[in-house]
This record gives sequence, structure tokens and C-alpha cells, in this order.
Amino acid sequence: MSVIEAQRVSLTFQTADGPVHALKDVDLTVGPGEFVSFIGPSGCGKTTFLRSIAALETPTAGTLLVNGIDPDAARRARAYGYVFQAPGLYPWRTISGNISLPLEIMGFSKSDRAERISRVLDLVELSGFGGRFPWQLSGGMQQRASIARALAFDADILLMDEPFGALDEIVRDRLNEALLTLWRKTGKTIGFVTHSIPEAVYLSTKIVVMSPRPGRITRVIDSPLPPDRPLDIRDTPEFIALAHEVREGLREGHGSD
Amino acid sequence: MTDAALPSRRRWIGAENALPILAVILMIVAVWYLAAIRMNARWEHDQAARAGVELTLPDLVTLTLTQDRPVLPAPHQVAQGLWDGLAGQAVTSRRSLVWHAWVTLSATLAGFAIGTGAGILLAVGIVHSRSMDQSVMPWAVASQTVPILAIAPMVIVVLASAGITGLLPKAIIAAWLSFFPVLVGMVKGLRTPDAMQLDQMRSWSASRAQVFWRLRLPSSLPYLFASLKVAIAAALVGTIVGELPAGATAGLGARLLSGSYYGQTVQIWAALFAAAFLAAGLVALVSLIERRVLARMGLAR
Repeated sequence: MSVIEAQRVSLTFQTADGPVHALKDVDLTVGPGEFVSFIGPSGCGKTTFLRSIAALETPTAGTLLVNGIDPDAARRARAYGYVFQAPGLYPWRTISGNISLPLEIMGFSKSDRAERISRVLDLVELSGFGGRFPWQLSGGMQQRASIARALAFDADILLMDEPFGALDEIVRDRLNEALLTLWRKTGKTIGFVTHSIPEAVYLSTKIVVMSPRPGRITRVIDSPLPPDRPLDIRDTPEFIALAHEVREGLREGHGSD
Repeated sequence: MTDAALPSRRRWIGAENALPILAVILMIVAVWYLAAIRMNARWEHDQAARAGVELTLPDLVTLTLTQDRPVLPAPHQVAQGLWDGLAGQAVTSRRSLVWHAWVTLSATLAGFAIGTGAGILLAVGIVHSRSMDQSVMPWAVASQTVPILAIAPMVIVVLASAGITGLLPKAIIAAWLSFFPVLVGMVKGLRTPDAMQLDQMRSWSASRAQVFWRLRLPSSLPYLFASLKVAIAAALVGTIVGELPAGATAGLGARLLSGSYYGQTVQIWAALFAAAFLAAGLVALVSLIERRVLARMGLAR
């Protein structure tokens, strides 16, 4: 069964300047355990599509199924964890307290919460930082804490909207590596929005290239790279060829811009 | 935010800004003395003319600064009056400023509590209900455009006819003034969580109550404290205004009123200063709590 199934999904915003076609006739199937990156220039609808999967936006046409049910029901069934561009940690809660937040909302018992918090802290390599407050952590550590929070309630899908966009390149590389390790360890399905070609190629099993006006998919590229990827895989000919293919896809979608 | 932990952050007046503060105070006192001499001089001149004597300048200065009922009492007279009122009487005496201040303070605190509660409740309603947003705010604004001096006697008279006297009518007038800053601050504060934070809550299928208690309310605290400082000072003003009509006999407002009946300007000024110190103390207390709470919550700016 496919985890995400989109058929002719369209989303049109009505604005004062007339309708904006954020998504037009998007078809996509994502299988369990895949790492899918959405890449494209701003306005191509990659974030809108991710938000539609999360039921934070509602498509105006087409069918979109998450785990075989509609996105709203999937959200209530805790199908996904969502990681935003900013960590969004509450300054008045410790790191553990922040990870505990969705668990409290979902009604997990206290002992269950404690067990889950220590497990996900371990997973993002933040063991020992549970008692710290967000301002005591670096930006990269804060984002890892927010990933831990999204993982804490055992959703099968992890949706990430440019989670490392605000971080510098060195931290970003490390987090990309850590994310791959985490993905291999947990077997989650990951949807990842980015505007960085190397990031998309390095992480993904499937790269979805999108283009704007109207927002649509121009190319879906299945990665031939092995799941085990050291950072220096980026210097191999296969990687460079793949990056080139993505760049070609972006260019053809972009026309003369 | 990390600098919150640094010990170098100065909390109290340091040596380098004590000097300018002292200079300003000295200047105010000097201007005050000059004004007192000038404003009280006419009476002395009239007296001297009636007695047919010529006043020398040193005489004039001494006389104008020691009158019983000066137009403007000199600083030392006010200080003397204040000291007599605070320390020169048993605190249970009707002449004690401590006793009058306590009467005013108790009504102020009661009014502040009512006003803060009402302001927070209305703000919660406004943030959660569109119809309340559109219906309550205009009335709240209108309530503040009516002069409190016009409202106060009506409240006192209406409540007195219903058999309610004493603390409650004054507290209601205090609440009338103090709910508004709390309402405005809390509406703003409860709306501070941004779209991302609200989306995040939505992605966890959080209920409105959960969003309120876990996100909106904690986020609003900096705004709440800022408006509480305005509200508590306003509550004091409201209480004093509430003590003016209907021949109140207790409270700083009553002190002001009886002082003006009998031309006891020193008493008026002493009561005014007592009210000012009381307000400063209350605002300082709120600030202290604010600093503690916000530092603990990582919201200190």
C-alpha cells in the first residue's frame, strides 16, 4: 500500500489579484520507507503540497490519500510528525518538556512520556540535554530537538519543511548525515522540502522536481544511490550526474526565467 | 537571551547614574522653593502693607516658607507633614496617613483584582469568538472615554441606594479604570503565537483549550505584566477618585478633600505624596514579580 497517493491534486488560492494556482494536477505515489525530497524555486508549491499532506491546507480538486485515508483523518490518527523551518521550541519548557508537549496533548501517560522522551533524545543524539532550556542549545541542536519532538509519538511519516534552511552549511551537513542514519534506523517515510540540490540528492530515494505558475511536478527522479551514504558520496560521478539531472529538471520547468 | 545569566546586568542604581538622578532631584527642589517663595509672597506683602512695615528679602523668605496655610507649601513642610502623618500618629488614628493609605490600598487591590479578572476574561472571549471581538471592544473603548469623575459619583450613589457602601463601590470604580489596559494587553498577548506555532498545535490535533493553556496563555505573560503595571496605578487613581464624592471620611482621597475644605495645603500635598509613593511601591512590586516570572519562563527581554 502506498503511504502518500496524490491524483490530479490542485489547490487554488483566491487572492485580491485573482486566483493563484499553487498546485495544478499533481500526481505522486510514495511507498513506505521512501525518502522523498521536493525541490523547486519558491512559488512552485512544494511547501503547499507538504502542508496538504499534513491537512494544514485543503486541496481544491483531486484526491489525496495518506495511509489510504484522507489527510485530516490521518492527522487525527497521528500518521505524521511535522518539522517546521524554525524549531518552535517553547522557551518556558525544557527540551524534555518540549518533546513532552505533543505527548501531553495526545494523552500519553506520564511514565510512557518519560520513556519516549529518553528514546527520541537518544535517537537525535541529545541524551543528557533533556533538562536544558532551548536558549542553552545551538540552532542545530534546537532543530534536532524539534525532530525528536516530531518522532516522539511514533508517526510513520515525517514531514519536514526546509528544516535545515536557517542553519549554516557545516551544521547542515552534519544534520543531513544524522537524518539519514535516523531514517535507516527507524524506517520512516520522509517527505522533505528543500531548495538545495546537493541536499535533495544526498538524502533522497526519490526526488520530486517542481516548477511554479502553476505549481506542478515536472520530473520525478528515482535515486540510484545506495541507502548507505557517507558524506563523500557527493564527489562520486553518480552523485554529480544525479545533481545534473535535477538541475536540468529545474531549468526546463523554469523556462526562460 | 544568554546574557540573562550574566551577573553584570545592573538591577539597582549604580554610582554612575546616581549623580544625574540626584542633580535632577536637587533642581526640582530648588525650583519648588523658588515657586513657593513667589506664590506665597503676595499674602506676606499684604500683611506687611496692612501693618505698615517694610519687608526685607531675608524676612520674606523666612515668612513665605513657614506659613500655616501656604498657597504652595515648601518641600520641607510637605516632608514634615508626611512624616507626622506616617510616623507621628498611632496607625489606627484617623490622623494617620498609614491608616488612610491602608483604606485606599485595600480598595485599590480589590478593584485591581476585579479589573484584572474582568480584563482577562473579556480578552479570552474576544480572542476566541469573532462576535465578541466585534461587540465587546467598542464598548470597552467607550467606557474609557467617559470621564471617571462623572461616573464615580453615580456608582457611589446607585450602590449606596442598594445598601452597598464602603470598600466595594470604590473597588468597582478602580476596576472600571484597570480592566481596560489588561483587556488590551491580553488581547494582544493571546494573539502573539504566530502561524507556525498554531500550525504546529494543529498538526498534533490540539483542542482550543490545549492551545490556550499550553501556548496562548504562557505567550501572553509579557503583555499581561506590562498592562498590570498600568492597571494597578489606574486602580489607585480610580480608588482615590471614588473617595472624593459623597463625603467619604477615610482614605487618601478623603484626606485630599478635607484638606481642600479647610485650606490645609500641607495635608493635601502630604496625601498626594503618600499616594504617589503608594503607586510607585505597587508598580515596583508588580515589576519585581514580572522579572521573576519572565526570567523563570525564559521570556525575559
